[in-house]
Amino acid sequence: MSIFDTFIALFTDSTLRTIAIGTMVLGATSGMLGSFAVLRKESLLGDAISHAALPGIVLAFLITGSKESYVLLFGALIVGLIGTVWIRSIVHKTHLKTDTALGLILSIFFGFGILLLTYVQKLPDANQAGLDKYLFGQAATLIDLDVYILIAVTLIALVILFLFWKEFKIMLFDTDYAKTLGFNVKFIDILITFFIVLTIVLGLQTVGVVLMSALLLAPAAAARQWTNSLGKMVLIAAIIGALSGLIGTGISASENNLPTGPVIVIVASAIVLFSFIFSPIRGILFQQLRLHQNRNNLELMKTLQLMYNIAKTHQDFTHPHAIGILNDFRGFSKSSLKKMEEKEWIQIEGNQWKLTAIGFKEAKDMFHSNSLENG
Amino acid sequence: MKEERIAIQVDDLTVAYNYKPVLWDIDLKIPEGVMMAIVGPNGAGKSTLIKAMLDIVKPIAGNVQVFGKPYHKQRKLVAYVPQKGSVDWDFPTTAIDVVLMGTYGTLGWIKRPGLKEKKAALEALEKVDMLSFKDRQISQLSGGQQQRVFLARALVQNASIYIMDEPFQGVDATTEIAIVNILKELRKDGKTLVVVHHDLQTVPEYFDWVTFLNVEKIATGPIKDIFNDDNLTKTYGINYKVAIR
Repeated sequence: MSIFDTFIALFTDSTLRTIAIGTMVLGATSGMLGSFAVLRKESLLGDAISHAALPGIVLAFLITGSKESYVLLFGALIVGLIGTVWIRSIVHKTHLKTDTALGLILSIFFGFGILLLTYVQKLPDANQAGLDKYLFGQAATLIDLDVYILIAVTLIALVILFLFWKEFKIMLFDTDYAKTLGFNVKFIDILITFFIVLTIVLGLQTVGVVLMSALLLAPAAAARQWTNSLGKMVLIAAIIGALSGLIGTGISASENNLPTGPVIVIVASAIVLFSFIFSPIRGILFQQLRLHQNRNNLELMKTLQLMYNIAKTHQDFTHPHAIGILNDFRGFSKSSLKKMEEKEWIQIEGNQWKLTAIGFKEAKDMFHSNSLENG
Repeated sequence: MKEERIAIQVDDLTVAYNYKPVLWDIDLKIPEGVMMAIVGPNGAGKSTLIKAMLDIVKPIAGNVQVFGKPYHKQRKLVAYVPQKGSVDWDFPTTAIDVVLMGTYGTLGWIKRPGLKEKKAALEALEKVDMLSFKDRQISQLSGGQQQRVFLARALVQNASIYIMDEPFQGVDATTEIAIVNILKELRKDGKTLVVVHHDLQTVPEYFDWVTFLNVEKIATGPIKDIFNDDNLTKTYGINYKVAIR
């Protein structure tokens, strides 16, 4: 199937459509809530929680014997939340820093999860196969019920976000100050964290334990490049997340054997890369261009300054001077003279130049502001 | 003479991080309408003292009263200006948005700032001479401008007591004078100001009260009575007169 046909099938084929809607909704929620994780400088939290949730999945299976995704993910949610609480209390009650606490919980829980997984696979019961799918996710296992759950969680998160927008914002920017205003920052913190953990857990089925944090962070990191407003950042991150889900699903469906989760993450990462280079506000490309232009402008201004100093010794500043005279002071190039002529700062006649009224004013104003700075 | 009201009363305040006391048994009575500097060497617990007053840091013992009632019942009367460096200025928001946060306390949960709040925020920005920067992304502001935005955010709260953590840190001379003038104006309106301050030279010029702090409270009172070499030496542990030359 060609990519084009596949993208049509995403909307017509009912199985594919379920997967596409699921990954889009998941991407949107991840982007939305991931923005908060990024702004709180808790990017690694996602990684720790998704890994920490693995034993929850296996334990849920061992206890209930069920392989329904919502049962397993409920187990993941419980254990993920326990992991979060532990991380918080390690940071709070010991000298260890956040990164150490995250690393500890990640490896301990994940190690335990792998251990359980190996144990389960050795059980004589044939029912256990497939739990390891949660390591890298398998979007193909998404059924309508999963998508409904995803949509419901997203809607609830949206309502919460809308209601507590102002509280989230002030907590993210200045927690101490929010406290002095009388806000219960612990409650806001728990609310945000709960929804971040919930989103991670919901993503485990599609993207898997190992890569879920990328889907949380990549859209937010990309979105930050395009805007300086929190509201727009969250919105753009949601759109980027949804697009990654849609495109990723399309690509993986068109080629056999391409796993959906990793493809989605690669698409999201490509968008991050693009944003880092091409964003007009913070992108590397435009920053370099601006830097280059500034430098050129400064060079022109310096030459203009020199001309101004020569010209003002005459009563009539438009009196022509030989180009050669500039050499006595400092180098100039034909192209810079030409650029200055384009700006109508000077006029060139043969091998003589003269200042125009515009050039005179420009130089005078700059000189004026310069002397202010020095004084 | 009118009876002097006590704006902030601190009793037996003790704070410790990891077993080591940072503040030891602080008693403090700050009368209404004074402009008080808190001075002391690095690690003296100056920031911790105001954070404990504001219930940001939990003390081991002691309590804080504002106009005779526990602080948590009087939050609306107290505005806090944190250290500029305590937040991430790359946060995606604008100057006016930060100032609007000063209105969140009176708004309470869920309610958003409306026209009235916006007007108050613009007025506050005007007071600190930052109106033309209102839509500027905060990372694009200079250090002095960021400090002015923080000040405007506190002004919007229209509080009776202003508690500030090093408002002059890393600002240029122009901003320092502008901030001092605003503080003096607040004082004229009968507000009480408590300011953690680092520059001993300017203490007598800017303030009328001072508290010397070095884990314990060394002295507190009017500048003219207690701002002397003896207290400075006790606080900083070196002969102040020699050190300042």
